[in-house]
Amino acid sequence: MSDMMKVSSNPHVRSGVTTSNIMMWVVIALLPAAGFGIYNFGIDALIILLISVFSTVATEFCYEKIMNKKITIGDFSAVVTGLLLGMNLPCTAPWWLPIVGGVFAILVVKMLFGGLGQNFMNPALAARCFLLISFPALMTNFATDTYTSPTPLAALKAGEEVTVIDMIIGKIPGTIGETSMIAIVIGACILIMLGIIDLKIPGTYIASFVLFVIIFGGHGLNGTYISAQLAGGGLMLGAFFMATDYVTSPITTKGKYIYGVFLGVLTGIFRVFGASAEGVSYAIIIGNLIVPLIEKYTIPRAFGIRPVEKKEEKKA
Amino acid sequence: MSEEKKGALGFTQDTPIERFLNGLIVENPTLVLMIGMCPTLAVTTSAINGVTMGLATTFVLALSNAVISLLRKVIPDTVRIPAFIVVIASFVTLVQLVMQAYVPVMYQALGVYIPLIVVNCIIFGRAEAYASKHNVVPSFFDGIGMGLGFTCAITVIGLFREFIGGGTMFDVQVFGEGSVVPGPVGYFFSQYQPIRIFIQQAGAFIVLAVLIAIMNQVKFNLEKKGKDTSKFGVGGCCSDVEIKDPKKVKEELLAKEKAEAKAEVVKPIEAKADVVKPSDIKVPEKEPVVVGNVSEPQIKEVIVPGEEDKK
Repeated sequence: MSDMMKVSSNPHVRSGVTTSNIMMWVVIALLPAAGFGIYNFGIDALIILLISVFSTVATEFCYEKIMNKKITIGDFSAVVTGLLLGMNLPCTAPWWLPIVGGVFAILVVKMLFGGLGQNFMNPALAARCFLLISFPALMTNFATDTYTSPTPLAALKAGEEVTVIDMIIGKIPGTIGETSMIAIVIGACILIMLGIIDLKIPGTYIASFVLFVIIFGGHGLNGTYISAQLAGGGLMLGAFFMATDYVTSPITTKGKYIYGVFLGVLTGIFRVFGASAEGVSYAIIIGNLIVPLIEKYTIPRAFGIRPVEKKEEKKA
Repeated sequence: MSEEKKGALGFTQDTPIERFLNGLIVENPTLVLMIGMCPTLAVTTSAINGVTMGLATTFVLALSNAVISLLRKVIPDTVRIPAFIVVIASFVTLVQLVMQAYVPVMYQALGVYIPLIVVNCIIFGRAEAYASKHNVVPSFFDGIGMGLGFTCAITVIGLFREFIGGGTMFDVQVFGEGSVVPGPVGYFFSQYQPIRIFIQQAGAFIVLAVLIAIMNQVKFNLEKKGKDTSKFGVGGCCSDVEIKDPKKVKEELLAKEKAEAKAEVVKPIEAKADVVKPSDIKVPEKEPVVVGNVSEPQIKEVIVPGEEDKK
C-alpha cells in the first residue's frame, strides 16, 4: 500500500520548520558574534565556548540517559544554551566555570523542570546569574593582555570617556559574545529574515530602554552616552538572542510589547540606579518570571465569543 | 482514641515512641509538612546554626506542648491563640536569656530568629492540632519528635549549604583555601572555589527543594515496594481527620460512575430531556414571533464558557 492510502489524523500538511532547524539557525546566527569574540580575545575564548557547549550537551545527554528518557540533544537547544552561556563569560574565566554554569543551566533550570519548553527561565542567563552571584570576581575580570581598561559601561558609570566607534565594531573588553554590535546585528538580521524572530520584543525593548536612559540617565539627549549604553554592554545580545527565546517569552502580540517595555525599563533601572554597570541578564530573567502573568492577561478574544463588557451591559 | 489504632511505622498511636518517630520521620515538619519555612531558609547558612536553632525550637516545642496540654481544659476555646502565645513566649524568653548569657556568639548569629520562635508555625501547629487535644505525655514526646525532626532537617540543609557555599563542615575548613587536610590531598582540596550562592538566600531554596525531592523519592520507592505510606504527611494540622485509603476511594468512585452510567442506559430519554430543557426555547404561541428573541438564548449558550471562566 502506498503512503497516499494511509489515513492519519491531522495535520496532513507539515512545514519543514522543526525545533532542530530553528535551533540550528540560531547557532548559525550566533556564529558571527562568537567568531568576533574569538578574533578579539584569542584562543582562550574558543576554549571557553567549546567547554561550555560540550558541558551543556553532555549534561543533557547524561541526565536523559540516567533517567531513561528520550535523548533530545539532537534538537540543538543545548548547543544554543551552551553557546550563549559561553558568550556570556569573560575570556579570562577558568576552565571549570563554564562546566559549573553548563551543568546548572541544563540540570537545574531546564531538565528538572521538564526539559525544553518547560523551563521557566532562559537557562543560559540563569546560569550566568548563578555564576555572577557565586563568583563575582571571576565573572567580572575582563582584563586581558590586549585590554586593561574597564568595560565601556563601567567606565561610563565612573564618568570616564568612551569611544563609540570601538564599541560598534567590538574592540572593547567585555564578555566573549557581547562586544561587537555589528556581528550581533548581522546574526539578528539572519534570524529576522528567516522569520525565526521578529522585531516586536527587541524593538520595544531597545526603544523603551533608550527612552528610559534619555529621561533618567542624567545626560539628556547626549548621543555618545546613549550609543554607549546601547553598544557597550550585553543589551544587543540580550535583546536579540535571549529576550526572544521562544520558551520564556510571551506568545501573544500584546504580551510581547508589554514584555519588551518591561525589560527595557528594568534594564534602565539596573544600569542607571543600580550598583553594577550591567543589568541585562537580571532584567531578562526577572522578565521571564512574569511571562505567565503577561500571557494570562493578554489572551486574545476567541472568534465568536463576545467581549466581557458588552455582556454585562446587556445583563444590566 | 481507641488503642487499636496504629500510628506511625506500626506503633500504637499516641504512645511516646510513636509520637517521637512521627515527628522525626513520618510527619517531619520541614520536609513533609513543609511548615516553619522562615527559620529553615533564613538561619541555615551553617550546620551549627541549624543545630542551635533546632535545639532551641525543640526545647520550646516540648515544654509548651506539655504546658498547653496540661491547661487544655482550662483555656477557653475563644481565646486559645493568645493563651498559646503567652505560654510559648515565656519559654522563648527563657531560651533567649539563657543563650544570651551562655552562648553569646550563637545568640548574635541567630539574631532576630530566636524571638521569632514565638510565631514559628510548627509550635503553633502542634499546640493547636495536637497538644490542645491530647494528654501530657504524648504531647511532650510529640514536641520532642517534631523538634528533633526540624533540627535534623535544618542541620542537613545547613551542612550542605555550608559545605558547597563555603567549603566548611561545622566551621572546619575542609575544601577551599586554608584546608585543614594536610599533604597533596589538602592541596587538591584547597583548589576548591566555594559556590557562594549556596550561603545566600537562593541556595537555601535550591537545597531545600533537592532534599524534599529526595524525601518524596524515598516515599515513592516505599510505595513501590507495597508499603503503606498513606500516613505520610497527611496528619499535620488535621491529624484527627479519618484518612481513607486512596485505593478504596478510587474503587468507590469507579463504582459510583458505573452506577451512574447504568442509570443513563436505563433512562436515556429523561436524561436527554434534562439537558435540552425544552421550556427554555419554547416561544409563547400568541405573542408575535421575533427572530432576534428566539436566537438570543442560543447565543447565551455560546457565551457560557466565558461566563464560567469569569466566575
